[in-house]
Amino acid sequence: MTAAVFFGCTFIAFGPALALYIFTIASDPLRVIFLIAGKASEGLKSINPDDTVPSMRLLAYVSGLGFGIMSGVFSFVNTLSDSLGPGTVGIHGDSPQFFLNSAFMTLVVVLLHVFWGVVFFDGCEKKKWYIILIVFLTHLLVSAQTFLSPHYGINLLSAYIIMVLMGIWAFFVAGGSCRSLKLCLLCQDKDFLLFNQRSR
Amino acid sequence: MLTFMASDSEEEVCDERTSLMSAESPTPHSCQEGRRGPEDGEGATQWGNQDSEEDCEEDPDPYACSGTPGRPPGLEEELTLKYGAKHVIMLFVPVTLCMVVVVATIKSVRFYTEKNGQLIYTPFTEDTPSVGQRLLNSVLNTLIMISVIVVMTIFLVVLYKYRCYKFIHGWLIMSSLMLLFLFTYIYLGEVLKTYNVAMDYPTLFLTVWNFGAVGMVCIHWKGPLALQQAYLIMISALMALVFIKYLPEWSAWVILGAISVYDLVAVLCPKGPLRMLVETAQERNEPIFPALIYSSAMVWTVGMAKLDPSSQGALQLPYAPEMEEDSYDSFGEPSHPEVLEPTLPGYPGEELEEEEERGVKLGLGDFIFYSVLVGKAAATGSGDWNTTLACFVAILIGLCLTLLLLAVFKKALPALPISITFGLIFYFSTDNLVRPFMDTLASHQLYI
Repeated sequence: MTAAVFFGCTFIAFGPALALYIFTIASDPLRVIFLIAGKASEGLKSINPDDTVPSMRLLAYVSGLGFGIMSGVFSFVNTLSDSLGPGTVGIHGDSPQFFLNSAFMTLVVVLLHVFWGVVFFDGCEKKKWYIILIVFLTHLLVSAQTFLSPHYGINLLSAYIIMVLMGIWAFFVAGGSCRSLKLCLLCQDKDFLLFNQRSR
Repeated sequence: MLTFMASDSEEEVCDERTSLMSAESPTPHSCQEGRRGPEDGEGATQWGNQDSEEDCEEDPDPYACSGTPGRPPGLEEELTLKYGAKHVIMLFVPVTLCMVVVVATIKSVRFYTEKNGQLIYTPFTEDTPSVGQRLLNSVLNTLIMISVIVVMTIFLVVLYKYRCYKFIHGWLIMSSLMLLFLFTYIYLGEVLKTYNVAMDYPTLFLTVWNFGAVGMVCIHWKGPLALQQAYLIMISALMALVFIKYLPEWSAWVILGAISVYDLVAVLCPKGPLRMLVETAQERNEPIFPALIYSSAMVWTVGMAKLDPSSQGALQLPYAPEMEEDSYDSFGEPSHPEVLEPTLPGYPGEELEEEEERGVKLGLGDFIFYSVLVGKAAATGSGDWNTTLACFVAILIGLCLTLLLLAVFKKALPALPISITFGLIFYFSTDNLVRPFMDTLASHQLYI
């Protein structure tokens, strides 16, 4: 199998996660460490009084991303390494789109973990146990669907639908609103990444 | 350590750092001296690198602990945490780089996974008919290796105590020469063979000569910090590769475990050789030899004004702990991080200076043993990436925990035990439990 398959599948599966990491975490790793060590507010004040205090939501996002990346990597990296070697995909009657399907499935799993993390932490904080139950059940559902393995269409489609729904839910849980989304897309939001970077 | 105190005791941290940047390197007080054995090329010892580093003394002055009046008591803890966090990041990158180089080489160059003899320090073979015999042989190999290490450590302490600095310095230079020239030549040869690239001898010698000469200059004298760091990472990777090649399977794992135990004992016990070494260095207020320590320090600028005792009375400065880790030796000088405590001016009337970039130091032996663990995980038969990644994560977690513990305890702690323990646990559990499971899942495209 070709290098094109290898690189293509790698970027499909891990591109968004890597982008999220680079743009949100890598530039400010101290915040993350502080969060994890539990000394968020005072610690950050000592670093830079202007920074906003990171919240539990940030921790939820970071932990979701971490779990997602680990889960995706552990599921997919051996497949990727095999894709560099010699072979013919589907020679025993499997689908020839084995790698593409695995890549897209990995992507959806990574993003789902991020959203699940945000929603789950929110549920724990507000002590709304039905949220936790929903997260748990959707996770089971997505995993159980992968048993439909050769029938990629339904599997992938429903996984992506669940991901979009969870994403919308996580967005509103994390404090987003339609207005802030509009501001963000038009680069008018002061807190948004690009706006900040321009002024840096 | 009150680096900026106007005291006669110059912190060796200060010296160490400056000596790294502008190594007027005739401060050849390396406490650590690894054992350099006679190098006879492959198959022989690879004692090249002494990764024994001495860490700088760590002990803070007692009166530094009093804190400043007017400073909230939690602030010191926050500063602690902040410097701890910063150092964690500063160490993650080089450790990761070293492991990446080792894993990339193991996965691509066949030479380092081929069995081609054993070191004289592990004389018992592992090609035995029974499992019990193999286990016994690996334990015996470990015993021999560890006793060699202990003997060499004691020899080093003796040398240092009797101030045989020239001897130590010469030994250090010889081993760097070996690493930078001979091992690089072999490595380059194998990489060229793997990728079937032809290179003529004149070009090869020019390349190796330049690489080695610049390396010697950077490591033992002055050089750009990034270049020095790169060279130290490269020689650690080379040493780790040699270990991975020449240590037999089971012996390697038992040796890793035994080294962490030895590290723990030697650093924490009152009569441990490393502790004695550190205390001797502290008494003499001497800088530790910089050539075997990876440092991420920037220029050590004195940002604080000299304190005038008469006007200040008792010195009461808050301190920011600084963590240093030094690992000893490629052969078992255990590593232990040390805490150094530069102070920040906090007395009224002086604005708080920006803390300068304080570097953190990690001994090369730590790099080497971490890379040996991850490299061995990558080299074992199944060629499984999950195991390699799990070990990598385990080591980083261990490193993080060690640094945080250091910030909490503020005394010398060994750097190997936690990481190696996690690494070993993760290796065996992932290889035996997780790998078959994930293989089946991946082949059926099931996701959990």
